[in-house]
Amino acid sequence: MIEANNLTKRYGEKTAVDGLTFTVKPGIITGFLGPNGSGKSTTMRLMLGLDAPDAGTVTVGGKRYRDWPAPLHEVGVLLEARSVHTGRSAYHHLLAMAATHGIGRARVQELIALVGLEEVATKRAGQFSLGMGQRLGIAAALLGDPEVIVLDEPINGLDPEGIRWIRTLLKELAAQGRTVFLSSHLMSEMALTADHLIIIGQGRLIRDVSLVDFVDESSANVVRVRSPQAAGLRDVILGPDVRVSSDEPGVLNVDGLTAQEVGHLAAVNGFELHELSTEKTSLEDAFMELTRDETEYRASTPIHPETIVEGDLRERIAA
Amino acid sequence: MSTQAPTIDSQLSLIGERTNRPRVRLTQKHVLRSEWIKLYSLRSTRYALLLTAVLTIGFGLIASAVTVSRWSTMSVTEKATFDALNTSLLGARFGVLAIGVLGVLLISGEYSTGMIRSTMTAVPTRLPVLWAKLGVYGLIALAITVPAALIAFFAGQAILSGQSLQIAFSHSGVAVAVFGAAGYLTLVGLFAMGLGAILRNTAAGIAGFAAIMFVIPPLITILPSSVSDAITPYLPSNAGEAMMEIGHHANTLSPGAGLAVLGGWVVAVIVAGAVMLNRRDV
Repeated sequence: MIEANNLTKRYGEKTAVDGLTFTVKPGIITGFLGPNGSGKSTTMRLMLGLDAPDAGTVTVGGKRYRDWPAPLHEVGVLLEARSVHTGRSAYHHLLAMAATHGIGRARVQELIALVGLEEVATKRAGQFSLGMGQRLGIAAALLGDPEVIVLDEPINGLDPEGIRWIRTLLKELAAQGRTVFLSSHLMSEMALTADHLIIIGQGRLIRDVSLVDFVDESSANVVRVRSPQAAGLRDVILGPDVRVSSDEPGVLNVDGLTAQEVGHLAAVNGFELHELSTEKTSLEDAFMELTRDETEYRASTPIHPETIVEGDLRERIAA
Repeated sequence: MSTQAPTIDSQLSLIGERTNRPRVRLTQKHVLRSEWIKLYSLRSTRYALLLTAVLTIGFGLIASAVTVSRWSTMSVTEKATFDALNTSLLGARFGVLAIGVLGVLLISGEYSTGMIRSTMTAVPTRLPVLWAKLGVYGLIALAITVPAALIAFFAGQAILSGQSLQIAFSHSGVAVAVFGAAGYLTLVGLFAMGLGAILRNTAAGIAGFAAIMFVIPPLITILPSSVSDAITPYLPSNAGEAMMEIGHHANTLSPGAGLAVLGGWVVAVIVAGAVMLNRRDV
């Protein structure tokens, strides 16, 4: 269980996380979704006490992360890629992480086998591909047999086989009753992995919704009708649960009725139709739609050059 | 190379139901062990420690050998100011560079690689990491520099005995100075580590360290002598060098006072580093 309450973090002028309140429940996979730069990584850093919030709180299992006597036993973390010393082998990295909690060699070997890094465990982590780095990060996350698993963009850099592997692993962890919280900027990936979605944009909560509900509401089909008597048709089909919009003269976009129902109403009332079609919204479209306002808002404000190159710079400094 | 994971079914036993692991706990002792693993598992650490020993021993031997070969042609004043102890321990002044750079790197390297995020996630209380790094580095530095200083002294005296220039270990103040050389090197390592914790950046840390140890001391001599004489003995480098000399000259501290002053510098940077580590975002 992760609980964020009015969580806020500012970096100078920029508010990275803006009054976020949400709860991540155990036993399911919760996807933390938002465009790049929307505050996902910052929220995770606040969760782990790497950054201090300017306002609000975030607790894991009812306590601040740093107040747990065995933090790694409580929360397993895969941080943004490259949180490993490039000069140290994967084995020694895990051994040093494990040692902070008195976790032994045997557990380290187990996890190296679990993530499939046996052949490269003694190689320096700096020579790892992104995918191997992600596997190492996942091994580190599971070292303490944690109750809560927090993963920042775990899919990044994995090949299709690796993606399927991690998806299965996460589902199994959730099925064991653990809390699984993973961030992504890809709606399509979350649709396959997550049970629940927390969607943010510009550091603010946009939706906190189960995947089923999100799919339901997003795939609400829009019926496109073209008619020379559009205005009259509109009056006929409008109802309490029916929304009608128009983006060109003579065309109606009807939300809340099937094509069959619209066709029937038109026929009964004697309207002439030139086109009647159903347009499906994909989840990706729905996600884009949700976060578009935030993105537009952002583009209209002055853009700080440092926020754009930040990620790039960090990588270069690390290299 | 293949990084293919075994099939999922065979893995699940490994991450089975949460077991009770009463021993799994974050403690200072565990963090100490973790930092020890980190220290020995980096190639750069081993090289820098080796270099510290080589510089400390090597320059003492060279200085001793040069003195012996030149003795017959040396001037009277040169002979009068010759110091057998100082000559054999000359290398410690160079060892300072290697042990200081490593001290900075042991902290700044975590920031430059991103390792610090893993470290501080495992130890969210943060300060135990700093204490463990200081403890491990201090002990390993002593383990390297005490033998290095002893070897430098005895090998240097063996060479100097070729012209009967040697000084005995039992001579008053000599043992203190030899161990003082090791203490100086060790404290400098800890001082640099404190700078690393404050600056968090390799280039800035090494530049800062070099400025304090090698650039500021000669610059101070530009000041009027009444000012420079008052300041100079209390600089970290001069206070440290006082620890490996017999007695003291006009403008230097006694070995004990040198230890106290350098120790004060070390405590100051460590306290500053600890406060900043606690306050700043990682």
